[in-house]
Amino acid sequence: MILGALYFFLPLLATFIFSLKAKLGTLSLLAYQQTFADQAFVYNFTYSVIWALSTIVVGILILAPTAYVIRLKVPKARTAVEFITLLPFVIPAVVLVFGLVRTFSQPPLLIVNSPIVLVAGYAVLSMPYMYRSIDTGLRSIDVRTLTEAGQSLGAGGARIMFDVILPNIRVAILSGSFLTFAIVVGEMVLAQYLSKPAFGPYMAYQMQEQAYEPAAMAIISFSLTWIALGIIQLVGRGGAQAQIGGGH
Amino acid sequence: MSWAWLGLMPFFIFALFFLLYPSSTIFIGSFSNSPKPGFTFKYILALFQSRYVLGAYWISIKISLLTALGGGLFGFLLAYAAIRGGLPTALRSGFMTFCGVASNFAGVPLAMAFISLLSPQGLLISLLSHLGFNPYYHGFTLYTFWGLSIVYMYFQFPLMVLIIAPAIDGLRREWVEASENLGANSFQYWRYVALPILLPSILGTMILLFGNSFGAFATAWGLTGGLINLITLVVGSQLSGDVLGSAGLGYAACLGMLVVMALAITGYTLLQRRTERWLK
Repeated sequence: MILGALYFFLPLLATFIFSLKAKLGTLSLLAYQQTFADQAFVYNFTYSVIWALSTIVVGILILAPTAYVIRLKVPKARTAVEFITLLPFVIPAVVLVFGLVRTFSQPPLLIVNSPIVLVAGYAVLSMPYMYRSIDTGLRSIDVRTLTEAGQSLGAGGARIMFDVILPNIRVAILSGSFLTFAIVVGEMVLAQYLSKPAFGPYMAYQMQEQAYEPAAMAIISFSLTWIALGIIQLVGRGGAQAQIGGGH
Repeated sequence: MSWAWLGLMPFFIFALFFLLYPSSTIFIGSFSNSPKPGFTFKYILALFQSRYVLGAYWISIKISLLTALGGGLFGFLLAYAAIRGGLPTALRSGFMTFCGVASNFAGVPLAMAFISLLSPQGLLISLLSHLGFNPYYHGFTLYTFWGLSIVYMYFQFPLMVLIIAPAIDGLRREWVEASENLGANSFQYWRYVALPILLPSILGTMILLFGNSFGAFATAWGLTGGLINLITLVVGSQLSGDVLGSAGLGYAACLGMLVVMALAITGYTLLQRRTERWLK
């Protein structure tokens, strides 16, 4: 166990120390300062956050109604839908982006340069986790009763979805959202091959150019992931299984 | 009834456009004899004839097998130590959370972390040099197959721990006691009780680890920028520019990857079914 602890801990420690070495001769936060002052970093990182938020919204809009309809009305579709949500595990990111680029760089669907493809790609990558979170959340509430209550008060389908169901699975949605956030912000392959600004490709580029800023970026990225997963643990009362293999 | 299916439409349309359609593009592209009509097996054949592509598959498979077996073994030991080794609950849940974070700490930041540690200017190397022994003067380098394997292990171990933990939890205390009652020693317990129960889980998770490593791109890219010939990197460079000299071969290479992954997931699913028997 000690060996394991060392193995896990040392690279992080080394990165952290490396990130403090920007100023010659002393340990300082210069690398962090330079990173945050770097326009390109702010630009790319902001875009990553934008992609992440968009992916989360798209994911919820598509998957929540789907999980709801399956649970309440069309249980027969469950196998098909679950199979589809597990397909992203079979498709490595680089193969997905290969397919996306080849498919959407020809008419009639010449949208390869639009952010739609990137966000859709991220939504595909995060689909297994988002769907599982939402489904788990729906499992823990009485969907039928809630729906009937809503209907008896005169609410229509969309109203029920947004005002009754979603608030009750807040925790599950938050859990899925933070997982998605961690995946998208750390992702590199899709953004690189779709030529979109993002943290991943920028950091890869900086690794060739600079010595200390990438280390600071690595620490920032790691901290963000930790925070995101920590929030999931807190919010999810330990129920969420926050294991991902995404973005590598 | 019909408005219910309508509720599923967004999902199916989304999956169609952005999952199934691109996949079919790859599938069709691998067999299409374009610009002539009709289909052909020549690109699939070319896969097996191209030493470059075949070599890339082989290296990817090698590193995936290595990190799956190594990661699986060591991860299992780690998990067992954490769960059965009498760790206080606070430490154990902290450890599990860390595993959750670590299994996601892959890609470019992970490459950077290991560069900070083990590159010629890395902290560990500097430390060792000060003590008189510089591994780089003795033939060690991070930027090779073995260096990459070490880096891959970083997300393989935690993944193994996270997935195998419920199975280890499922080893009931009563079984240990029962086997002791019947006079079995520790080795016999493992050989006849624990391992047979755990084996499907362990093997299944190792397969998952294999798939995880096989599809990895950003980590290798961040570490070596394409020096090591992995099939994921080959596909990536095919996308930036036709390095394989043939678009159909690019599609076929993707298809090959999908086949490998599909086989892996199928193996995992079958082993999962066997595991479930004992985890009730």
